Amino acid sequence: MNNRIFQIAINTFREAVRDRVLYNLIAFALLMSGAAVLVGQISLQIERLVVINLGLTAVSLFGIVIAIFIGIGLVSKEIDKRTLYTVLSRPVRRWEFISGKFFGLVGTLVVNTFFMAIGVFGALAYVSHHLERSDGWVLLALYFIVLQFMIITALALFFSSFSTPIFSAVFAFCLFVIGSFAGDLRNFAAMAHGATRWLASTAAYLVPNFSALNVISGVAHGQSVPLQLVVLNTVYALVYTAAALSGAVLIFERRNLK
Amino acid sequence: MASAVLALSLASSAFLVHTVDQLRDSTSPQEMLYVSSPKLLKRLSLGYEGLLADIYWTRVVQYFGGTHSRGGGTYKLLWPLLNITTQLDPHLIPAYEFGGTFLSAKPPDGAGAPDLAIELVKYGIQNNPGDWHLYYDLAFIYYDLRDYRHSADAFLKGSQIPGAHPFLKIMAAQMAEHGGDVATARMMWTTTYQTTHDALIRANAAAHLRALQVNDDIMILERVVERYRVQTGRFPESFSELEAARMLNGIPLDPMGKPYELEGGGRVVVSDPADLPFIEKGLPQGYVPSAIPRLVPTN
Repeated sequence: MNNRIFQIAINTFREAVRDRVLYNLIAFALLMSGAAVLVGQISLQIERLVVINLGLTAVSLFGIVIAIFIGIGLVSKEIDKRTLYTVLSRPVRRWEFISGKFFGLVGTLVVNTFFMAIGVFGALAYVSHHLERSDGWVLLALYFIVLQFMIITALALFFSSFSTPIFSAVFAFCLFVIGSFAGDLRNFAAMAHGATRWLASTAAYLVPNFSALNVISGVAHGQSVPLQLVVLNTVYALVYTAAALSGAVLIFERRNLK
Repeated sequence: MASAVLALSLASSAFLVHTVDQLRDSTSPQEMLYVSSPKLLKRLSLGYEGLLADIYWTRVVQYFGGTHSRGGGTYKLLWPLLNITTQLDPHLIPAYEFGGTFLSAKPPDGAGAPDLAIELVKYGIQNNPGDWHLYYDLAFIYYDLRDYRHSADAFLKGSQIPGAHPFLKIMAAQMAEHGGDVATARMMWTTTYQTTHDALIRANAAAHLRALQVNDDIMILERVVERYRVQTGRFPESFSELEAARMLNGIPLDPMGKPYELEGGGRVVVSDPADLPFIEKGLPQGYVPSAIPRLVPTN
């Protein structure tokens, strides 16, 4: 079972590389190089801050876009090319197929993030001429970004299990946006009454809590992140991902592929 | 053929962009902020408010520099831009320092809005209670308003923060007793010069210190000129006469290294007033100060 999931994951990664997904690293490298050179001349006293904010924001946004636009096509492309039937006719269960696709795309994003992290630290070393201890928190911010990728990939897979690629992209992007306002939504729910309160509360807890996974601003100022938050965010991301993937598997197993 | 068309099209579009930019500069309103609500911007940032704050901070600096180079003005957008920047990132300390200085300065050097400067710095203190520099900035704004009581109060509060510079306690006492003295002014500008990392603020502080030095020099030189007049019955025509009379050791120089000059009636004046903004004494007769003070970079 594990071998089948692993093989599907490896193939997914190879497909992403063949689709030139990792070429986005070129754009990222150009962005960070340009920022490192220009930032000292235009930003006035906040060079480190700009490099960290820009670098981590770019890592996050590039990755979210890749997760959504590759994720929505993982299942639909296989159906369109009719390769899905070949895969499933082997002793590959549908949930193994979904899991393999998930791990393949997350693996691609982790590799992407690794190279981008090198770029961020390189730019930081260039503007500051040295790295400080507080720069270690940037690694934690990157870890939280990877957790975001896990969630959004699982959601993209969930929507692609029953919807067209375009609508899957729209739904996944909408959930990303709403998830960024998750805190505001809970505050609104707390102030509402009756059915509105019930609906708002349900929505507030259903949408992914991306705001808690975004510590870029704090890390840019060298603020530490509590261990409790790290543990809770990790468990939350794993649980939410499992829920989204379970939903995807449930729908996909009942789907008539003829 | 296609490559020639490509090259020509790119060159033409670059030329047209440049032409349209020049046209828009002269016809479109200079000062506009399309989104002025910090709350809305925070929501639109989708959690990436740190980067958006950095972009707005860059805009603050470019807006101030651009307006300053065009002759200064009322800097109408300075407060909204600084408000947005600090609401997006309340820990962006340079924004408070910059705002404290240039929001309170009178036009054409600043926005002439000390109440907004106080509001901005107080917001900074609320969000960064451990930063004593902000109390210094607040004290300076009050000092500029000649509100020595609140200035002393701000210095005292700042001095109580762990790690605060010892001079804050001294300044609190100095302000309480001698708020309006020249010695106090010199101390304030010296500490601003020594503690700021901002090149514009440092140049501004240096210019004020030079102005204080010129005021002192001219007071002393005019006393010497008066002594000469009492002894000889006439005003000297140049400092060489004072040197010859052994009342001076050499020709006196201003803080920019240029010699002072004597006008009729024993008035001591600087030779190049444009180099020395903010001086109150020593301006040649008929001289009209420039709208933009020339702030000489300093190390």
